Amino acid sequence: MNLSYILLIPLIPLALFLVLGIFNKKIKPAVSGYMGVSGLAISTILSFYTAYEYFFVQGKINGAYQTFVEKMVWMNFTDTLHIDLGILIDPISVMMLIVISTVSLMVHIYSRGYMKGDEGYTKFFAFLGLFAFSMYGLVLATNLFQIYIFWELVGISSYLLIGYYYTKTKAVAAAKKAFIVTRFADFGFLIGILIISFHTGTFDFETLNNPEGSAILNWASSSFMGLSAITWALILIFIGGAGKSAMFPLHIWLPDAMEGPTPVSALIHAATMVVAGVYLVARLFPMYYLVEEGFALRIVAYVGAFSSLFAAIIAITQTDIKRVLAFSTMSQLGYMMMALGVSGFDGHEGVGYMASMFHLFTHAMFKALLFMGAGSVIHAVHSNYLKDMGGLRKYMPITNITFLIAALAIAGIPPLAGFWSKDEILVATFENNLFIYGIAVFVAGLTAFYMFRLYFGIFWGKETNYINAPHESPFSMTLPLIILAVLSVGVGFIPFSEFVTADKIGFEAHLNYPLAAIAVGFGLIGLLLAWVFYKKENDLANRFANAFGVLYLWARDKFYVDELYLFITRKLIFKRISAPIAFFDKKYVDGTMEGIGNKTVVISQKIKALQSGKVQDYAFGFMGGAVVLALVFIYLWTN
Amino acid sequence: MIPGISITEILTLTSILFFIGVYGFLTRKNLISILISIELILNASVINFVVINKYLYPDVLQGVVYSIFIIAVAAAETSLAISIIINLYRQIGSVEVKDTETMKY
Repeated sequence: MNLSYILLIPLIPLALFLVLGIFNKKIKPAVSGYMGVSGLAISTILSFYTAYEYFFVQGKINGAYQTFVEKMVWMNFTDTLHIDLGILIDPISVMMLIVISTVSLMVHIYSRGYMKGDEGYTKFFAFLGLFAFSMYGLVLATNLFQIYIFWELVGISSYLLIGYYYTKTKAVAAAKKAFIVTRFADFGFLIGILIISFHTGTFDFETLNNPEGSAILNWASSSFMGLSAITWALILIFIGGAGKSAMFPLHIWLPDAMEGPTPVSALIHAATMVVAGVYLVARLFPMYYLVEEGFALRIVAYVGAFSSLFAAIIAITQTDIKRVLAFSTMSQLGYMMMALGVSGFDGHEGVGYMASMFHLFTHAMFKALLFMGAGSVIHAVHSNYLKDMGGLRKYMPITNITFLIAALAIAGIPPLAGFWSKDEILVATFENNLFIYGIAVFVAGLTAFYMFRLYFGIFWGKETNYINAPHESPFSMTLPLIILAVLSVGVGFIPFSEFVTADKIGFEAHLNYPLAAIAVGFGLIGLLLAWVFYKKENDLANRFANAFGVLYLWARDKFYVDELYLFITRKLIFKRISAPIAFFDKKYVDGTMEGIGNKTVVISQKIKALQSGKVQDYAFGFMGGAVVLALVFIYLWTN
Repeated sequence: MIPGISITEILTLTSILFFIGVYGFLTRKNLISILISIELILNASVINFVVINKYLYPDVLQGVVYSIFIIAVAAAETSLAISIIINLYRQIGSVEVKDTETMKY
């Protein structure tokens, strides 16, 4: 398979970034918008062509999809340990190419409408280009170090885009928070990489993931605190992934990241960057599964399950529509992690892996759609809060329909995309771990409830008296909505298990009717509850919330995780550790140095009068000195 | 060698001459007077050179030659000092020591 044209997929956005970034002021907004869209369109076409070439022209050889790698040595340490740069083509990277390019293209088209008239229009497209480049690089990486480089690059482009409205204090704070929290997580990732390379002597995915390879077979050779060192490394790498994918307790940056422009939320914080953590675990899946009987993988499963439940509960109580979507994203990411965590490896046992990737794929489509719909609504009413909305279905028919489709899709109502992928996840959890299955089904119900709470709250409910009558968004914004709505309906019918599986062989997935019925039942219950509570204006919802009392308050305040972080950092680390050290440094270390300086100044003030500027005073001093020396010499001589 | 006069007497004379020069250097208020005092100091040392040469090492001439060097250098130095003083006078219209202390501190 000729891979050279695949190199163009990341390089076109990079070129866009450089051109738009360097000639920022010289390019007219209209031109930069077209440049961004057309560049991404080429990338998208190439991505689809790659997928076609990979899955249908190359196809399976000996019953399994091949892995194609093209790389060059970038940094050479030893014969085996070197950092390469290159591209790796296998089912999940091809799938990610499709996801990134599709959502990216939609966001570019959408941004032309959404960001119209903004001062930094060209800059915005430049940043989007940088992000697309980094994300492509991340999924195409051939080794741990390359993925780490691009991992940081997506982090920085996410930082730039969250803080895009840099005059807003909240946006700047959110950007910093996102950067610092993920940076802490990435520190774990880096240590994990170093441990793995120390014990296996390689960064390369193919060598690491080879089930017959030394990295996996020799995991027991080194141990640390009762676990294999490799397991520790995998847990640390998962911490990096958890930071990017907003898993509990590193999720605190994601809701705040909603301060960025809505297209950015759709692209980075819903569809692409936040799934990087899931992708990372999937990329190292054979290691996770085979090292120490999948100990690290079980951690992934439980963290994922807990995060998905935790986020779903918070999502119910939020009033900022973008935050509801942010917590919903976190919940769905937890779903994906959970599915990966319970997955097996061969054949039908690998259904969790397949389901996770499938859900990643479908979720990218409908969650991007939800965010863009929310952006369209915010564009119309100029507010993020549910209380400023209501009855919008009359004013915004296209947004209404597309949002409804996306909400149905995420709620798992057949035959929309979310139903199929969610069903596979439930099958995987049911076959593996009934406890997690219970959580998953409950979360499915909650998901339907909060999505329809949002939907009814925005498009139905009481009529708000709008000062300016809201109107449907321009065509450049509704077009991506329509395309994504079509995708949200359609992508569920892709026979995903034929294409993307852990063992790359594929199997035939069947709909498990009883499980599907239970999931849909829970979804419908959630939907109906939302219908009863929010379709018409009534105080049932408030009465219900009051019935939960303090639990409701806790959930509304996000279970005080932010406050806990602030407590630990400000009250414990800053006050108990940093402050005494700073005090010692300021008082004693700086004090000594400053004291020496100050004393010098004081003394010189006192003796500076000696320098009178009169030649004769100096001569007198000289004479006096000479006389004294003479006397001393004479005295010494004569004794 | 002057008959009837010992080296001690001549050295006493030059010492007195030297300290007169030093006293003048330290107390005069006029730059020209200070310059003259410096000449006194130099001359005292020149006499010392000659006298010590004549009384202690009569068969060599280094001390005498040295004194000629010193006279030449002193002449050059005086001309330099005079030119500085003239320039100073053009600048500030004074040759008093108290007017030339702007470089203090």
